Amino acid sequence: MRTLKFLLQKEFAQIRRDLAIFRILVVMPIIQLLILPLAADYEIKNINLGIVDHDHSTYARNLVTKIVSSGYFRLTDYSPSYPTAVRSIEQDKADLVLVIPAHFERDLVKLDATTVFIGVNAINGVKAGLGGAYIQSILQDYNQEIRDKWIQLPRMDPQPTIEVRYSDWYNPHMNYHYFMVPGILVMLVTMIGSSFASNNIIREKEMGTIEQINVSPVRKFWFICGKLIPFWLLALLVLTIGLIIARVVYGIVPVGHYFTIYLFAGIYLLSVLGLGLLLSTYAGTQQQSMLVSFFVNMIFNLMSGLYTPIESMPAWAQWMTRFNPVSYFIEVMRMVILKGSGLADIRPHIFAVLGFAVFFNTWAILNYRKRSA
Amino acid sequence: MKQFIIFARKEISHIWRDRRTLVILIGMPIMQIVLYGFALTNEVKNSRIAILDESRDPSSIALIQEIGASRYFDAVQLLHSPEDIDRVFRQGQTRMVVFIARGFHNDLLHTNHAIVQLIADASDPNTANTLTNYAEAIINDFQQRINQDQPLPMQINTQVRMLYNPELKGAYNFVPGVMALVLMLVCAMMTSISIVREKEMGTMEVLLVSPLQPFLIVIAKAIPYLLVSFINIISILLLSVYALDVPIAGNLGLLLAESALFTGTSLSIGLVISNFARTQQTAMLTSMMSLMLPTLMFSGFLFPVENMPVPLQVISNVVPAKWYYIIVKQVMIKGLSFSSVWKETLILAGMTIALLAISIRNFKIRLA
Repeated sequence: MRTLKFLLQKEFAQIRRDLAIFRILVVMPIIQLLILPLAADYEIKNINLGIVDHDHSTYARNLVTKIVSSGYFRLTDYSPSYPTAVRSIEQDKADLVLVIPAHFERDLVKLDATTVFIGVNAINGVKAGLGGAYIQSILQDYNQEIRDKWIQLPRMDPQPTIEVRYSDWYNPHMNYHYFMVPGILVMLVTMIGSSFASNNIIREKEMGTIEQINVSPVRKFWFICGKLIPFWLLALLVLTIGLIIARVVYGIVPVGHYFTIYLFAGIYLLSVLGLGLLLSTYAGTQQQSMLVSFFVNMIFNLMSGLYTPIESMPAWAQWMTRFNPVSYFIEVMRMVILKGSGLADIRPHIFAVLGFAVFFNTWAILNYRKRSA
Repeated sequence: MKQFIIFARKEISHIWRDRRTLVILIGMPIMQIVLYGFALTNEVKNSRIAILDESRDPSSIALIQEIGASRYFDAVQLLHSPEDIDRVFRQGQTRMVVFIARGFHNDLLHTNHAIVQLIADASDPNTANTLTNYAEAIINDFQQRINQDQPLPMQINTQVRMLYNPELKGAYNFVPGVMALVLMLVCAMMTSISIVREKEMGTMEVLLVSPLQPFLIVIAKAIPYLLVSFINIISILLLSVYALDVPIAGNLGLLLAESALFTGTSLSIGLVISNFARTQQTAMLTSMMSLMLPTLMFSGFLFPVENMPVPLQVISNVVPAKWYYIIVKQVMIKGLSFSSVWKETLILAGMTIALLAISIRNFKIRLA
């Protein structure tokens, strides 16, 4: 135990004196939490709209006004013909082109039917799909308005209709920050846990200072504890800063208990730190370990459910996410912060990360050699 | 020149012998393409939903079967009371609850007006939105089937064409993004780390006293990473054409030339970072902070730039990856010629020259 105290003293002194690293550790999360959520907005709005109006009737103009006033579209281009409109899509001036045919108004009123053409730049599939859906639902609304104007409808619905009502729980205003901020926080904490501690060990290896530890009577268990604890505390510090920012800047007050978050984070960090240690026992140089941890982090983050929902992944990928500690933490954060889940609800998650923690750390300790190769 | 080749060969054997790094450098883009191509989609399918059906009459049962049969939904749970809704949401698996109140069939037949309530777990707003949209479409279909399709008067029909990517595949969007990301990573980050490493280990001194011009030493260090990044570009393109069915619509030569230009830009960023960083850790953190994140965020491949607040949109203009991403999209996916990307090319070239000038200016022959 006394050994550990001295080791900790050494590690803290090292971190404290390397001001550059310490500053980055504290400043990075603040900057990221302030900027990333602003940028990470998947909500599709401001779709650039190009119009080709061959009709120039009142109805056509009303339709355009209605589309623009929906707030999703921004009228950026008026083209005389479809080929010129396609040019504007090529130049990224328009994302979506609506072609109103000649005699639009006349056909609609006299022939009871008309067809408008919509061309969408579909390179970004999600944006194109949603843009197309928005404009179609606006068209339907507009269609209904015209019908209402011309045809007297009976008071009761003429045909059986099913009305669909929505309620969006836990985030009724569909605020994207509620979704992203907890996730980004998880990413930050993970990065600190998995790469900083391992880099620290590799650095000692590369500089040769690890030899001094190796010839000392320090047992490898204590040595690893000495490396783990400071970064465990640092990561919790970053988590705290992050939660404060989430509360002050974004107004995210967890529905559940902070205690639940910290308890889970504590266990989770052990597993991530263990993973970092494990990687460090295999890497020889800092360049290697940075690359490996970057690689592992990238896969973990991409497959965590932060950017894309896990249910939409194919079966093999879903199976892989079960071995990804990050996906558990992201889920727990969202559950506790937004839905107020308690310890009982997240019990399976706790056991899973506890398992990872034991597994990675045991492997790391077994694999750590005091003898140099 | 001969000396330069010898130096470059030394650097190549450096990474050639570090097999682990090499494998990762070459495997990373492949892994990314596979992940993005096959695992990561925003498309919603097989979402778990729960049903709370208080009517249990022929109409409600038919509607529920309809919803459960679609490929978007897995109706996994039947709830018995409204209190259950909160419970299933809190366990985290269920994304939406379809709630049909008492007397559905009766309302539909006699008052012509029945109500279905969709309760979504909006902690993930986009998924919630998509799910309710899909469910509504299914319910509308169901309703039309009841009505035997009586044609409505004054109908505006729509005909939609999805240009460039009719199947709405995600790959068209991310292949250019991954190319930008990987080139940034390999060229800028790895080059800067490998230069700073020589500084940190003290071997830079040995190199600096050699007869080769100091700046050429640094350029020689970049050569192997240049080669690796070209291997990466080619493997990404091969994978995207043969595994993901994303064709190269434009001129391949132009695409490769633009990629070479962007490689140059990233290398010069790497050189600038190595000028200022003194330890590998600082070099890595600087490249992460100033390259990886901005590339991910501002290039427009994960998040639409036009949604961001104006200051961020302005910042995005100084991120080289943004311009490269636009170029690749125009050339590779839309199949346009040089005349449509000359502006972006000029911007990248300008950035490269400016960065190179900065790094030559700040290159120190003497050790501090």
